[in-house]
Amino acid sequence: MSETIDIAALGGVKEGEKKRPRSKEPRLEIACQSVEARLKNYDEVALGYSPAEAVAEAMRCLECPKPRCVVACPVHIDIPTFIGHISRGRFVEAAEHIRKYNNLPAVCGRVCPQENLCEAACIINDTNPKNPIAIGRLERFSADWQFAHSERRADSVAKAPATGYKVAVIGSGPAGLSCSADLAKMGHTVHLFEALHKAGGVLMYGIPEFRLPKAIVQKEVEYVQALGVELECNVVVGRTMPVQEVLDEFDALFVASGAGYPNMMGIPGENLNGVYSANEFLTRVNLMKAWTSGAGTPIRKPRKVVVVGAGFTAFDVVRISLRLGAEEARIVYRRSREEMPGRGEEIEHALEEGAIFTLLTNPVRYIGDENGFVKAVEVQRMELGEPDSSGRRRPIPVPGSNYIIECDTVVVSIGQTPNVLIPSNLPGLATRWGSVIKVNRETYMTTVPKVFAGGDAITGAATVILATRAGREAARAIDAYVRDPNRGWYPPAV
Amino acid sequence: MYRITGKKVLATGVVEMTIEAPRVAKAHKPGQFLMVMNREESERIPLTIADSNPEKGEVTIVFLEVGRSTIELGEEFQVGDHLFAVLGPLGTPTHLDRVGTVVVIGGGLGVAPIYPICKGLRASGNRVVTIIGYRRKDLMFWDDKLRSASDELIVTTDDGSFGMKGFVSDALKKLHDEGRPMDRVVAIGPPVMMRAVAEMTRPWGVPTTVSLNTIMIDGTGMCGGCRVGIGDETKFVCVDGPDFDGHKVHWDEMFARMKVYQKEEREAIASSPSCRLYFETLKR
Repeated sequence: MSETIDIAALGGVKEGEKKRPRSKEPRLEIACQSVEARLKNYDEVALGYSPAEAVAEAMRCLECPKPRCVVACPVHIDIPTFIGHISRGRFVEAAEHIRKYNNLPAVCGRVCPQENLCEAACIINDTNPKNPIAIGRLERFSADWQFAHSERRADSVAKAPATGYKVAVIGSGPAGLSCSADLAKMGHTVHLFEALHKAGGVLMYGIPEFRLPKAIVQKEVEYVQALGVELECNVVVGRTMPVQEVLDEFDALFVASGAGYPNMMGIPGENLNGVYSANEFLTRVNLMKAWTSGAGTPIRKPRKVVVVGAGFTAFDVVRISLRLGAEEARIVYRRSREEMPGRGEEIEHALEEGAIFTLLTNPVRYIGDENGFVKAVEVQRMELGEPDSSGRRRPIPVPGSNYIIECDTVVVSIGQTPNVLIPSNLPGLATRWGSVIKVNRETYMTTVPKVFAGGDAITGAATVILATRAGREAARAIDAYVRDPNRGWYPPAV
Repeated sequence: MYRITGKKVLATGVVEMTIEAPRVAKAHKPGQFLMVMNREESERIPLTIADSNPEKGEVTIVFLEVGRSTIELGEEFQVGDHLFAVLGPLGTPTHLDRVGTVVVIGGGLGVAPIYPICKGLRASGNRVVTIIGYRRKDLMFWDDKLRSASDELIVTTDDGSFGMKGFVSDALKKLHDEGRPMDRVVAIGPPVMMRAVAEMTRPWGVPTTVSLNTIMIDGTGMCGGCRVGIGDETKFVCVDGPDFDGHKVHWDEMFARMKVYQKEEREAIASSPSCRLYFETLKR
């Protein structure tokens, strides 16, 4: 249970005292495993703040009356208040306060791209450049503290009286978990279907242990279950049971099936052995734990790895490869460092760990040996032209610049799109590009009555925090819909 | 969930198992498969559904003890035990439209999955001529079930110890030579057999469906490990298949892809006590 926190000893603000922020001090670095140590294990790289460190960092926060960080946060967490709790030694309260806005603080504290969001907006950047409050690390600290020191969290949450309405949620990733948790708190009966054998979606199969320990994900899942959500694994809605059967049984359905279908480039040799989709490589390692000795799922030990792409996923793959003992792990990316979509900390960690960046370069074809295993990739140099629709400069091939990179493993990490299983089993469900479900962005309603959708299923692959937000907003919309005596339906314009 | 309610050794290394999985049993259609995890740390393996009983909420699988997971499933699990996970039914069901006469071919283990297909094809009004082939008489199973599900049954054994001597493709050629009607062929069995059948029917112009059993992890369209060239496209066996036009399958690519983990599989078998014991027993 709760251990006594001596806030004076930790250097925080005592009861009845006024906070004197130390914003001029540098941002407190987080302790990390050494490069040598972490390449030999899969444990988390960033070790987290101690209570004294957390309080010291929290003491830098000005607790602005008009906080820009809150505006920049996709779910508008009341950041100054939760940091205020930490600087006063109220760690559990800090976590509970975050939970009012975000159901997955231990996850988001670790995987959110804070440097582009809340931390980029922090006012301290103006006077003490590059030293914003470490909001993500503090979020993680409070959530971890709560898990370690406070029991019966779910029971203590105020739940509305049972409404008798039944909602089905498809997919237990961040959007599904977030939506389920909120619906349960609103008093609805929630049945959460998951296709895989473990709940968590991309948090389990996509993000590696060293960035997001699976035990943390399972704690968040258990929390959602403790709120009363009925979780059923091993069900693919659309296969294990018809979508219509779900619609008949429930008052509403929230589709949060994510973006799990791997994109490939369609270049020659892509079906050679040793050429993986990022999803296959990551699922073998993260969900199926191919890196442990007891796992039944194998992974071929890579020697020379080429990872195509430079998003979050590509960095995860390159860093896993190094932990699997690869001599050479290389990011091949068609644009330059500036356009890389990956999270800053991951790019830094990958470089520290020995990843090679081959930028402004794109694969053209894969070359196999006599047994059908990839042995090399032919690449082409690129140069940057005018900005394209994404605002990034468009890569243009340089004629005659082709050359060969030797490799025994290629991981194609150029993005995922939603699975077509749900749309193909729901007549009348409007999509973009055949798989991205269209919704009314105000109501999260699709073109099929009773069916709501959110998360990557409506955006294509995006971030955990955006999916969490969609889950939360959809829960509000679903709540309004099931309570509406007329069950008004406001679908997207098609 | 997923309690084993029946287990029978049909022939050496061939095990029939009935599992409690009410949702799967209710939704199953011929040609679909399921994913099994023996235990929490086990791999996920795709196995074809050989029969289902929606009333009892049970599905039947027939598998060959060939790799670590199938050997452990066959050797370590008994009636009353629970499997960690069963997911299904997966894949696009076999087309069962009425076309006239369908020759359905099951080779070895492939005899099991053609059973629901024969029943389904017949129910939609086709005449079903079934060819089932085994290496030897003592490896035969389910020939009685297939007889009851077909209008005509031909049995082949490689060594001639039962029925017609030769391969299923020999029996198929004989039917064709005799000028027997053949509007469609469905072939399930070892990949070499399916390729042989597809190559045989190609010049005849008889539409030929094969069912591929490639390496998979999730079975739901996520990993792409099962991908294979079909015509000029790449398809995922788990969601686009497992049934494909046998004349369009890139067989060489598929054969190569099935060998990706051969080395790791050998190591896994060597490290499993059940597997070692199993192979020692086989030698004796």
